[in-house]
Amino acid sequence: MSFLIDSSIMITSQILFFGFGWLFFMRQLFKDYEIRQYVVQVIFSVTFAFSCTMFELIIFEILGVLNSSSRYFHWKMNLCVILLILVFMVPFYIGYFIVSNIRLLHKQRLLFSCLLWLTFMYFFWKLGDPFPILSPKHGILSIEQLISRVGVIGVTLMALLSGFGAVNCPYTYMSYFLRNVTDTDILALERRLLQTMDMIISKKKRMAMARRTMFQKGEVHNKPSGFWGMIKSVTTSASGSENLTLIQQEVDALEELSRQLFLETADLYATKERIEYSKTFKGKYFNFLGYFFSIYCVWKIFMATINIVFDRVGKTDPVTRGIEITVNYLGIQFDVKFWSQHISFILVGIIIVTSIRGLLITLTKEDFTEVESESSLVGKFFYAISSSKSSNVIVLLLAQIMGMYFVSSVLLIRMSMPLEYRTIITEVLGELQFNFYHRWFDVIFLVSALSSILFLYLAHKQAPEKQMAP
Amino acid sequence: MASLDRVKVLVLGDSGVGKSSLVHLLCQNQVLGNPSWTVGCSVDVRVHDYKEGTPEEKTYYIELWDVGGSVGSASSVKSTRAVFYNSVNGIIFVHDLTNKKSSQNLRRWSLEALNRDLVPTGVLVTNGDYDQEQFADNQIPLLVIGTKLDQIHETKRHEVLTRTAFLAEDFNPEEINLVIEKRYFLREGNQIPGFPDRKRFGAGTLKSLHYD
Repeated sequence: MSFLIDSSIMITSQILFFGFGWLFFMRQLFKDYEIRQYVVQVIFSVTFAFSCTMFELIIFEILGVLNSSSRYFHWKMNLCVILLILVFMVPFYIGYFIVSNIRLLHKQRLLFSCLLWLTFMYFFWKLGDPFPILSPKHGILSIEQLISRVGVIGVTLMALLSGFGAVNCPYTYMSYFLRNVTDTDILALERRLLQTMDMIISKKKRMAMARRTMFQKGEVHNKPSGFWGMIKSVTTSASGSENLTLIQQEVDALEELSRQLFLETADLYATKERIEYSKTFKGKYFNFLGYFFSIYCVWKIFMATINIVFDRVGKTDPVTRGIEITVNYLGIQFDVKFWSQHISFILVGIIIVTSIRGLLITLTKEDFTEVESESSLVGKFFYAISSSKSSNVIVLLLAQIMGMYFVSSVLLIRMSMPLEYRTIITEVLGELQFNFYHRWFDVIFLVSALSSILFLYLAHKQAPEKQMAP
Repeated sequence: MASLDRVKVLVLGDSGVGKSSLVHLLCQNQVLGNPSWTVGCSVDVRVHDYKEGTPEEKTYYIELWDVGGSVGSASSVKSTRAVFYNSVNGIIFVHDLTNKKSSQNLRRWSLEALNRDLVPTGVLVTNGDYDQEQFADNQIPLLVIGTKLDQIHETKRHEVLTRTAFLAEDFNPEEINLVIEKRYFLREGNQIPGFPDRKRFGAGTLKSLHYD
C-alpha cells in the first residue's frame, strides 16, 4: 500500500517537472523562434523531468521520506529510463534530424539515421577503453557499462563548466576589475565607427558605378566588332576588374575594422552600465559576494592541486569534517546525527540549485554579440541556432548534454554526502570506481580554471590597449 | 558626394530572416552563396535612376544599412546599434514567413528605430508598449518584406499571407512577399521566377522613398 502512495507521489512530481521543462523550453530557450516539431520539445521536457527526479530522490534519501524499498525501486527505474533516453533515443533523433536537413538523403532518412546511430554507439563504446572505470566482472550490456561512459562525458563537462565558472564568477562580480569608462570615450569610438562606415560606403559607391559603366560598355562591345575592338575590350575590362578587386580588398579590411569597432563600443556601453550598477546597493552586495566567492574559488583550485599532487582522495565529506572540527577543537557539543542530516540537505540543495541554474543560464545566453567577440566558432554555433533547420538538432544536443550533466552530478554528489546516505547511490549505480571520477574531475577542473584565468587576463589586458590605438 | 544624393535606408529584422541575402540580392543582383552572421552593421550600395526615362532623371546612391542582432539583445548592444539610426530616409522591415515570432518582433524593431529620434541622450530608452498613434506622424516611409516563401508548403501559403497582411496594416507600408533562394539553388537573380516583375515593383517602391 505504501508503495502505491510513494509511486503516486513520484509520478506527480515527475509530471510537475515535465511541465516545468516544457514551460522553460517555450518561454526561455526558444522565446523568439518558432518550433515546428513537437517531438523535440517532448524529448527535452522528458529528459529534464527525469534528471530532476534523480535529484529529488537524493533529497528524499537524506530526509528519509518514503519507504526505502520503494525509493530503491524508483532509483533503478529512473536510472534505466534516463540511460535509455541518453544512449538510445536522443542520439537517434539527432541523427534523424541531421539527415533530414541534407536533401540528398531525404528519401532514406530512416536508414541513414540508423547508420549514424550505430556509428555513435561504436565511438561511445570505444570511449570506455582508455579509462580504468570498472572491474571486468560485468557483462556487455549492463547498466554499469553504460553509466560509466555517460559519467565520463558528463564529468568532463561539469569540470569544464565549474572551472570556468569558478574564475568568471568573481571576475564578473567584483568591481575592482572594472575599467574606467567615460562618455567621451564612447563618443569618440562611435565617431570612428561612423567614419569607417562612411569610408566603406564611398568605396562601394565607386565600385557600383564602375560596375555599371562596365556593364553598359560591355553591352556595346558585345556586338561583333573588328579585331581592334576585341583587343580594346580585353584591355579595358581587365583593368576595370583589377581595379575592382583592389577596392574590394580595401572594403573587406574596412568591414572587419567596423565589426571590431562595433564590438568595442558595445563592450564600453556594457562596462559603463556595470559601473553604474556597482554604485547601487545590489551592486555593492554582489561586490562583497565576489570577494567571498573568489576566496572560495582559490581554495577549490588549491584543493584540486593538492589532491592531484599528493594522490589523495578525500574520504569524508565536508559536512562531517566541519562538524568534527567544531566538536573537537571548539568544544561545542551538539547532536551530530541531527545536524549532519540537515546541513547536508542544505548543502546538497545549494549545490543542485546552483548547478542547474548555472547550466540553464549558460544555455540561454541571449547576448550573442559577446559570444561572437570571443571566438567566431562559437558565434557560428549560435547562428546555427537561429536557423530553423538546425534548431531541432541544437535543442536535442542540449537535452543530451543536460542529461549527461545531471547523471554525473549524481555521481559526484556522493562525495558531499555523509557515509550513511552514500549507500543508496553505491547500491544503485553498482561498482564504479568513484575515486577515478573524482580524480578526473579535479584534473579537468584545474585545467579549465587555469586556462580561464589566462584567457580572462589576456582579454583584460588587451582591451585598454585597443582603446589607446589611434 | 553631396548629401543631396545620399539616401539612407535601414534594413531591420531578427537574426536569420535573410536581411543580408536581401541586401546582397538588391545590390549585386546575385544570390548570396554563403550567408554568415552579421556583426554590427554591413552596408551596401545600389545605384538607382530616379524617374528613369523622364527629363528629371537623376542617379541616386541608395545605401542599404543592414543592422544585425535581435530585439532581445542587451541594452549595451542596443545603445551601440542606435548610432546607426541617425538621419534615416526609409526603413525596410524584414521578417521570416516560416517564423511567426519574427513578424511579431517587427513592432519592437520599429519602436527601437523610430524612438531613437525622440531621445537626445546617448542611452536608449524604450517602453515595451506599442502605440499605433506613434506612427501617425511618422514621416519615414516603411516597407515590410516577408522572406522564404518557397520554404512554406503550398497549402499553407494562403494562410501565412493573410496573417502577414494584417501585420502590414499596422504600419501602413507597402508589402512585398518574395522568394529568396538560399543554399541549394544558386541561380542568377534574374532567373528566379517572377523576379523581373518584382524587381520593377521593388524599384518603383524604392522611388517613393526619395525625398526631393
